[in-house]
Amino acid sequence: MTDMSRTGVMRAGLGGGLTRGMAGTVHHVMPILAVLGVIVALWYAASVGMNRAWTLDQAERAGEELSAGEVIADAMNQERPVLPTPHQVFAELWETTAGEPVMRERRGELRGNPRSLFFHAYQTLAPTLLGFLFGTTLGILLAIGIVHNRAMDMSVMPWAIASQTIPILAIAPMVIVVLNSIGIEGLLPKSLISAYLSFFPVVVGMVKGLRSPGAMDMDLLKTYSAGTLATLLKLRLPASVPYLFTSLKVAIAAALVGAIVAELPTGARFGLGARLLTGSYYGQTIQIWSALFMAAICAAALVALIGLAERVTLKRMGLAR
Amino acid sequence: MAGDPAYRMADPATQPPVIEAKNLDLTFQTNDGPVHALKDVNLQIDKGDFVSFIGPSGCGKTTFLRVIAALEHPTGGEITVNGMTPDEARQNRAYGYVFQAAGLYPWRTIEKNVKLPLEIMGFSRAEQEERVRNVLQLVDLEGFGKKYPWQLSGGMQQRASIARALAFDADLLLMDEPFGALDEIVRDHLNEQLLKLWARTEKTIGFVTHSIPEAVYLSTRIVVMSPRPGRITDVIENDLPKERPLDIRDTPEFLEIAHRVREGLRAGHAYDD
Repeated sequence: MTDMSRTGVMRAGLGGGLTRGMAGTVHHVMPILAVLGVIVALWYAASVGMNRAWTLDQAERAGEELSAGEVIADAMNQERPVLPTPHQVFAELWETTAGEPVMRERRGELRGNPRSLFFHAYQTLAPTLLGFLFGTTLGILLAIGIVHNRAMDMSVMPWAIASQTIPILAIAPMVIVVLNSIGIEGLLPKSLISAYLSFFPVVVGMVKGLRSPGAMDMDLLKTYSAGTLATLLKLRLPASVPYLFTSLKVAIAAALVGAIVAELPTGARFGLGARLLTGSYYGQTIQIWSALFMAAICAAALVALIGLAERVTLKRMGLAR
Repeated sequence: MAGDPAYRMADPATQPPVIEAKNLDLTFQTNDGPVHALKDVNLQIDKGDFVSFIGPSGCGKTTFLRVIAALEHPTGGEITVNGMTPDEARQNRAYGYVFQAAGLYPWRTIEKNVKLPLEIMGFSRAEQEERVRNVLQLVDLEGFGKKYPWQLSGGMQQRASIARALAFDADLLLMDEPFGALDEIVRDHLNEQLLKLWARTEKTIGFVTHSIPEAVYLSTRIVVMSPRPGRITDVIENDLPKERPLDIRDTPEFLEIAHRVREGLRAGHAYDD
């Protein structure tokens, strides 16, 4: 049966190839859709399970009898549910992105619209990217130092590891308060927290990458009497590029977490972290969840961008086949 | 020394030897105690020689080549390259080194790989271009300059690595089992090409191999070595004519020399243990 259909497809030539291609796509998409469907179903089930108590409680106080269908319908559409349902979260996402302008006129000035989730995302993404830039630069410089200097090799890594064991929630308020007291606020403190989280994967990956050339590759340069700088530029750095991109993907996600966390302890008014915070103050679970989704979408987009840069770079270097 | 008398006669009196090793010792300190990689090695290589080093693994043939290249440093004895210490000689770009694997950088095209030593040594851009063109022609790789290493066969990659070693025009070419990883047909072809290249460029070549036919086919002299401790057990002069078609390997003269090499290897007790 399978054999026969395969032969049929092969006989169909170009058209067959197309069909096979589409079949391939379907085969790829089906499992993803299936998993997504299961998640959504579980999510709805959990929502109903968690929100039911409130619905029943309200009905009892009002002295009403609700049918099972009515209970489920109400549990799925509460204003402040314990766990909002998917359609509530996506409706909120839609209203706060497509339904609101990013900028609006206020007191005669064009300002960011605090009802727009895009505006909040921008408030978080700007320090994320700046911090990522700082962190990556610092990480690469530290890695170069570690590879070339024995003292740094022995001393920097333990400190770098120690730095990551301290909860960022403990560091963030101190950094922001200290910087505030010397008059630095806004973008920079947040991006420093981002940098603090993102330099580490870069150091680890780059040390590995800079040390990746084999003995023969190094001997070859020795036969040319190449110095440390030439060895770094002609061999170590190019060899470390694939390692760098792997680290960057981890680093940019960490940078986003850093920027969000940096907004929490300081009562920031704008940003995804601020959105999470105000949502929790006022019990706006739908707002919290939509901010979480926006953060996840941002992280996915940033990682995808790095992935794209990786593909383009490796292709240009002749390393992708 | 036999070979081609015309090019031989000019050399010995006037030219100092390219390589001269006297009582050379090299001991590696390992966790299992000292390893005598080289013991009491005496050898002289003259300009234009094609010297093969043959012996079982652990006999120090590669180590000796690496000492010439100043990649290892002897623990005793003396060695000079072009009358200088190996380190000085390297600073003066005395040799090009060809490793067992082509070792081309995968992110560089063939052209850029050949350019690598030229960039490091600071040749002008125009000269880089010209030299790359010349050496790629010398190893029959014109037209492959823009390819990446993975787009070439193993034999072509090794030719590119020879071109890279020739690019800066060192008089001495050190080759460490350069064709060891290639199949026999490709190896025959490259051996033939290497002889032609040697005749054309008049370089001095040090060539490490574990193949008796390869050593006999290529060399003017064959240095037979044996392990534990690594030492020279015999130096065989190869008086086959300089012009060597591949089927010379079926002549009695060739087989006679191959036999002597084999005897030399056996005398070194190489296979007793």
